[in-house]
This record gives sequence, structure tokens and C-alpha cells, in this order.
Amino acid sequence: MKRRSPAVFMALAFGYAFLYTPIVLLVIYSFNSSRLVTVWAGFSPRWYGELMHNTQILDAAWLSVRIAAATATLATILGTLAALALARSTRFPGRATLVALLAAPLVMPEVILGLALLLLFVALETTLGWPSRGAGTIVIAHVTFSIAFVAVVVRAKLADMDRSLEEAAADLGATPMTVFWRITAPLIAPALAAGWLLSFTLSLDDLVIASFVSGPGASTLPMVVYSSVRLGVSPQINALATLMVVAVACTVGGAGWLLGRRGRNAAR
Amino acid sequence: MMGRTRAALAVAALPLLWLIVFFAIPFAVVLKISFAEAIVGQPPYTPLVQIAADGWHWLASLANYLLLTDDPLYISAYLNSLLVAGISTVICLLIGYPMAYAIARAPEAWRNPLLMLVILPFWTSFLIRVYAWIGILSTNGLLNHALLALGVIDEPLALMNTNFAIYLGIVYSYLPFMVLPLYATLSRMDLTLLEAAADLGCTPWAAFWRVTVPLSWPGIAAGSLLVFIPATGEFVIPDLLGGPDALMIGKVLWTEFFSNRDWPTASALATVLLVLLVGPMVILQALERRGGKA
Repeated sequence: MKRRSPAVFMALAFGYAFLYTPIVLLVIYSFNSSRLVTVWAGFSPRWYGELMHNTQILDAAWLSVRIAAATATLATILGTLAALALARSTRFPGRATLVALLAAPLVMPEVILGLALLLLFVALETTLGWPSRGAGTIVIAHVTFSIAFVAVVVRAKLADMDRSLEEAAADLGATPMTVFWRITAPLIAPALAAGWLLSFTLSLDDLVIASFVSGPGASTLPMVVYSSVRLGVSPQINALATLMVVAVACTVGGAGWLLGRRGRNAAR
Repeated sequence: MMGRTRAALAVAALPLLWLIVFFAIPFAVVLKISFAEAIVGQPPYTPLVQIAADGWHWLASLANYLLLTDDPLYISAYLNSLLVAGISTVICLLIGYPMAYAIARAPEAWRNPLLMLVILPFWTSFLIRVYAWIGILSTNGLLNHALLALGVIDEPLALMNTNFAIYLGIVYSYLPFMVLPLYATLSRMDLTLLEAAADLGCTPWAAFWRVTVPLSWPGIAAGSLLVFIPATGEFVIPDLLGGPDALMIGKVLWTEFFSNRDWPTASALATVLLVLLVGPMVILQALERRGGKA
């Protein structure tokens, strides 16, 4: 085992360097005073100032955050229901269909899902007059692919859980609803939080599906970033990227710290 | 037991209904419109059945599918997408396997932080991670500056808008999807098997190939599918890094839909892509089930 250590260490170092170098460069050059993103001309926070006055990006960011929050909440509810049914019952009508419908979105190419949902929305709109395309249809589309991710996370947690607690509560006369809210929900809370954050991130990140199903006037942050990036590199996008990296690092770091503390408390 | 089944169905009903309406039915709509004809109007496609004074007219046609086989552009886009996705998957495996192996065999306390570092980039915006490579790869970019300064090259290399840039972008973006399932199988492996192999005179290298790799097969398969399938239909990476000539099916579909407003052709493209991707998976699963029974 010891002999292979250097090679294994090299593999890790290379992998992490590959994953992080572009992000680090992006952050460094967000503080570049030159408009040319790739030529260093001195330290300056000016792009952050300009970003703060770019109403197009700020409006899009606010819209994206609202869409992501709505998506995450709906997807967590639906995904948890699906996971509960799958984890607690090995046979019910429609189980195989549900399993297939939960596996497919995990690998479905985005262009296909985006096109399929748009065609459905257009068909519904022409026959029923609902839904008109915009933020609402983006939420529906994002929930559709996020359910699968929530279900995977929550199902794994439910499988790890000690069933005897639920059985004890039921034996003591608790209704299934009470068992869920008093026993199951608190125990799987970390998975619910993880599923919510995962859906939030997936929704915030999606360009392709949102581009298909969006209507006039509903431009999400990725859509605005994409149209700006197509015209070439822009230091404001670097500044935006840096803010997103910092937000993600804080969230993940904070969550890791909280979970670690919980774990230590539980071990005590 | 009966009550239990009914309870499970009641709990599952809402997500099941949602996924049928917004995931299964849309594919039926795609299939339907792939047989229609593009027109200028709202919606921009013909109905499959026209009801006229003299009865019903069947308007569905295979014209869009014939167009796909007729025009070499579409066929080469499909083939190129499968090739690019396949090669990217192999590169992901070559980089990801040693990483997953190293994390799985690292001291217990290190494993979660190391794994977190693999997942962290996945939480930052995908679009921005692809964007980061534009600044690095462009003719006036950081990599060319560095190589020129070091005297490795005399003229800037044309790295952007090449297949190389597409491979790089896909491997970079999808690497975490390869590492995670590999780590899951490698960390669950029973290490006493390696000791047994060593006791029986197997060298560590031979034990790796004859014990570790076969046991990690489920992780290799899962990781490869998670990379290969989305990469085949990828749009953002070929569009931003591959330039205007990048021939990948996701980009062709996007152009048919957004630029040409040809929804029926886009639907036919999506249907064929789906069959190409799902077909092998169904066959693979059927084979596995048969293998499992045997």
C-alpha cells in the first residue's frame, strides 16, 4: 500500500488542480482593472461596482433566485413523497413506473427535456389557454427534473434510518401523519435540506431548459450571462462568478460545519 | 397489507401524476410533432389530422425522418456527438478512477473533505465554469500568454473553437459525475480480498486489475452513463468552446428550434437521439436481468 502512495497522491493533486485552476483564475481576474480579462493591469474592484449597477443582471438574478426557491420547495415536497412511497413499500401499483420516471431525468439530455416540455406547454396553451409561458413554466420544468435528485438523496437517508423508532411510535398509537412529522421528518431533516439545496442549485444553474420554456420578459440569470458571454469575455461576469463561488463556498462550508457538529453531538 | 399498499399509492400519487404529466406525456407530444410539417404560424406545425368538408385527411408523414437520413449533416452530427461523448467518457474515467481510488483509500478523516472538494465545483454555476475556459483557451488567453512567456511556443496556439476545447470542457464539467459513483463502489470494497490475493502470491498491480477493477464495475458503469448520456446531447460546451462549426447534435437541435423555427425537424432529431441513447440502455438492462437469473 505504502509504495503506491506517491502515484496516488499525484493523481489527486492533478485532479484537484484541474478542477480548481480555472475557478481560481476567474476569481483573480475579476479584480483586474483592465477591460481585457486576460491581461493583468493592476488590482481594482471596479467591476464589482459596475456589476452592482447593472440592472439587467440584478433583475435576472432576483428572478432566478425566486424561481429556484419555488422549484426547491415544490421538488422537495414531491421528491420526499416519492422517496417515502418507494422506501416504505416494495409493491404498489405504479411503483415500476415511478422508479423509471425518477431514473430518466437524471441522465436525460437537457435539449430533449427542454424541447419536450415546451411542446407540451404550447399544446396546452392552444387547447386550454394555460399556462402562458414565463417564470411559472420555468418552475414547472425545473421541478420536473429536480424531483429525481431529491428522491435519490431522501431515499438513501430513509434506507439508513432506524425503522424501529417509527414502529414504536405507531405501536404507541401515533397516526401515520404524527409518525411522519414527529419521528421521520426530524430524522431525515439533513437529507431534506440537502435535497432542497440541490434543487435550488440545479434550478439556478439551468440555461438550456429555461431557454426553451421561458416566454417574453422572463430572462433568468443564466440566460443573461449566456447572451453576454457569447459576445466575448466580460470582467463583470468574472465578478459575478466570484460572488457565486464565495456564496457556494460559504453555504457548503456552513452546512458541513453544522453537520459535523451534529455528528459530534450525536456521538457524545 | 392491503391498507399499506393503498397508503403507499396515496403517498406516491402526487409525484407520480406530476412526472406522468410533465415528463412522460411531453415525449408523446414530441413524437407526435415529429410527424408534422413546419409552417409559418402559431403553433408553427401542421395538425396530423385535418377535418375538412369531405372528411378526414391524414397529414402525418415521415418526411422529417427521411430528411435526417438524407442530409449528411445530421448523420455526421449524430456520429460526432457519440464519438465526442465516448472519448470524453474514457478520459473522465482515466482521470476520475485514480482520484476516486485515492480518496477511497485515504485516511478515514480525510475522505469527506476530499470528496467535498470534488463536489464543490459542481455547486458553482456550470455556465461560469465553461466560461472560465474561454479566458484560458482564447488566442489572447492565459494559456497562450503563459506558453509564450515561457518560450514554449512562438505563436499563439488556436485552442478555442476546436474539438480539443470541447473535450476539455466536457471532461472538466462532468468529472465529478464520474468520481462520485466510483468512490461509492471503491469505498464499500472489502479490503481483506486484497490481503487474500497478496497472501496467495499476487502482486499489488495484478491484484488491482484482477480484484479491484472487476469489483468496481458497477461504479464504472454508473459513472460512464452519467457522463456519456448528457454529454451526447450537450449544447452549452460545443456552443461556447467549439465555435460556430462545432457539429454536435444538441447544437443542431437548438439551431433548428431557435434559429430555423422548424419544430417538427427538432422533434424528429430529439426522437432519434432518445432512441439512440435509450435503446442500448434497455438492451443492457435486459442482458443484465438475464445474466442475474442465470
